[in-house]
Amino acid sequence: MRWLLVKDLQILRRSPLLVGLLVLYAVLIAVLLGYALGADPGKPRVAFVNLVPSDENEFSIGGESLDVSKYSEELFKSIDPVRVDTREEAVAKVRSGEVLGALVLPADATERLQSSINLTGGEPPEIEVYYNAENPLKLQRVQATIEAQLGNANQALSRRLTGIAAQYLDIIVTGGDFKLFGQTLTVLGLEKSDTILRAQIATLPKEDPARAALGQVARFAALAAENLNISEPILKSIGEPVRVKETVVDGEPSGLAPYLVAVAVTLSLMFVALLLAAGALALEREEHAFTRLVRGLVPRWLLVAEKTLLGALLAFAVGLATLVGLAAFEGLDFGRMALWVVALAAGAVAFGAMGVAVGSVTREIRAASLLAFILCLPVAALALVPDGAVPSSVYDAIQVVNALFPFKATLQALDAAINDAGPGIGRALLHLAALAIGFGALARVALRRFA
Amino acid sequence: MAPAPAATARSARLRAEGLTKRYGERWAVRDVSFAADAGELLAIIGPNGAGKTTLLQILAGSLPPTAGTVSPDPREVGWVPQQAAIYSKLSVEENLRLFARLEKVGDVEGTVARMLEQTGLADRAHDEVGQLSGGNRQRVNIAVGVLSAPSVLLLDEPSASLDPRQRAVMWDFIDELAAAGTIVVYTTHDVAEADRHADRLLVIADGELLFDGTAASLRAEPGAGAGVELETAFVGFLSERGH
Repeated sequence: MRWLLVKDLQILRRSPLLVGLLVLYAVLIAVLLGYALGADPGKPRVAFVNLVPSDENEFSIGGESLDVSKYSEELFKSIDPVRVDTREEAVAKVRSGEVLGALVLPADATERLQSSINLTGGEPPEIEVYYNAENPLKLQRVQATIEAQLGNANQALSRRLTGIAAQYLDIIVTGGDFKLFGQTLTVLGLEKSDTILRAQIATLPKEDPARAALGQVARFAALAAENLNISEPILKSIGEPVRVKETVVDGEPSGLAPYLVAVAVTLSLMFVALLLAAGALALEREEHAFTRLVRGLVPRWLLVAEKTLLGALLAFAVGLATLVGLAAFEGLDFGRMALWVVALAAGAVAFGAMGVAVGSVTREIRAASLLAFILCLPVAALALVPDGAVPSSVYDAIQVVNALFPFKATLQALDAAINDAGPGIGRALLHLAALAIGFGALARVALRRFA
Repeated sequence: MAPAPAATARSARLRAEGLTKRYGERWAVRDVSFAADAGELLAIIGPNGAGKTTLLQILAGSLPPTAGTVSPDPREVGWVPQQAAIYSKLSVEENLRLFARLEKVGDVEGTVARMLEQTGLADRAHDEVGQLSGGNRQRVNIAVGVLSAPSVLLLDEPSASLDPRQRAVMWDFIDELAAAGTIVVYTTHDVAEADRHADRLLVIADGELLFDGTAASLRAEPGAGAGVELETAFVGFLSERGH
């Protein structure tokens, strides 16, 4: 095996363009795809028009003034606002594609809001949203972003309003000052009313008929004070009727960036090992050396093992370099390097064996490379489909396919090695070992059958 | 008429018995038996698709027969396939060294030097095989086949890509090997070449061995024609038997 390996490495050394393309392509695809999956797409550009007259930006509730424009700032947290002056300008930008959508705060927004608060009737304020539906994916993204941020803005406003309402109720219960139309008014409060009434009742003769009537008023004041005390939490629950409590039930979650490092490295392992092992075996047949080798010089199983090792060695080297580079960039824990090496080696060998199986059914390098490439992309894509993104029956079928190829198991092994992510590295390593043996056996049978 | 064996099984060092190769309903080689002594030159001739290369591949051990036996073991047999089975990206020297190591010859460097000398490629030792002409590639191909000094040497169309001068050099080399005791079995489309460079002819058609004997014996066969060119006799012989 040693001399065959030396021979293959000599041939690779004399094909620098081929090797360079293979390694560069694998690393490039890995990094591009890996980061495309997780890269922050950036804030969508959305045109914004505030048609509310500048002197009408504020509305009042219970004597307190709130600025509507302050709540529009909530929207800008998730969008890149492009301020324009008119509705027509905003719509034109959406049509031209310069922005993904447009938000228009109509002129009567604060007026309608004030009417709602004053309970004088009329429609609630309405923010206009314009979208360009030419690209359904973009539309979906913009809609989701704007709806989420409008919801947040609504919630912020609702919290503020309920807070103010709770303050008024507090004043009614305990007494205090509040402003109305520029005047400061003092409210006695139900608790103090109850105290004053009871004090007065105590001074009345027992036969005095006013005692009973005042007693009723005092009991009402006490009852009202007691029940309105719990109004604040009730108002808060109106503003946020349902809360969410998140619990992770399975596995240790890994950060997105470290997970994407595992994806990128798995991709580079796959491309290099698969293409190289498949091509190297096909080369033996293309050079007509295969029959010379297997007629007594080299057993077929040894040829399978040597090509697997060749693909695995180079893939391991490229994978390790990619991982170390990305790890330094992402600040990963280099103390886990021993596990990285184990996961990389297992994945590289499994992919190498798969490559040899591919090469064993083809007679020339071009066919082997094409077949290897055709397998790479769907195998990787299927392994990255998350549970819940497709119907469960489809996901089950995908899992079966994933189990037959090394991509997902390698990704799990690397994720566990890099991020200590569940369900742990052991099972993935066993899976990879089984795949390596399986593909090796397949290659051995195919070499006998298709020789 | 069944061909008469030209060598007794007792003294033969190459022996093929009942060799058969079948692909489904098609018989590539059907019940072929022959033997050869040390130093004999055998030429296998026949029309296209007769099974010549298949027979050679079975003798070389690169194709398992459906039935029949071959001796000696393929590891003792040197093989020169029709298409040069060498690595284009390696130099002449590197190819010879690789196969010498795989053949486990005792003195690798000495063997490589000797092969370079014998094939006349010493001055091209460091050239990549892919840069050589077809004739020179075939010389390297032959050199790899004889590296291990085998007792039996099988060659498939050895002169096909050689010019006349190279062909002459090759046959001198092969004649020397035969004189030293190597059994040489080769296939050829060139019947005249077989006439010049063979002790015996094996005529194969449709997988069957139709004749095993000398060129003179072939000419004496019914349908062949005595006193004519061997090629004419060969064609007449085949026609007589419906091939």
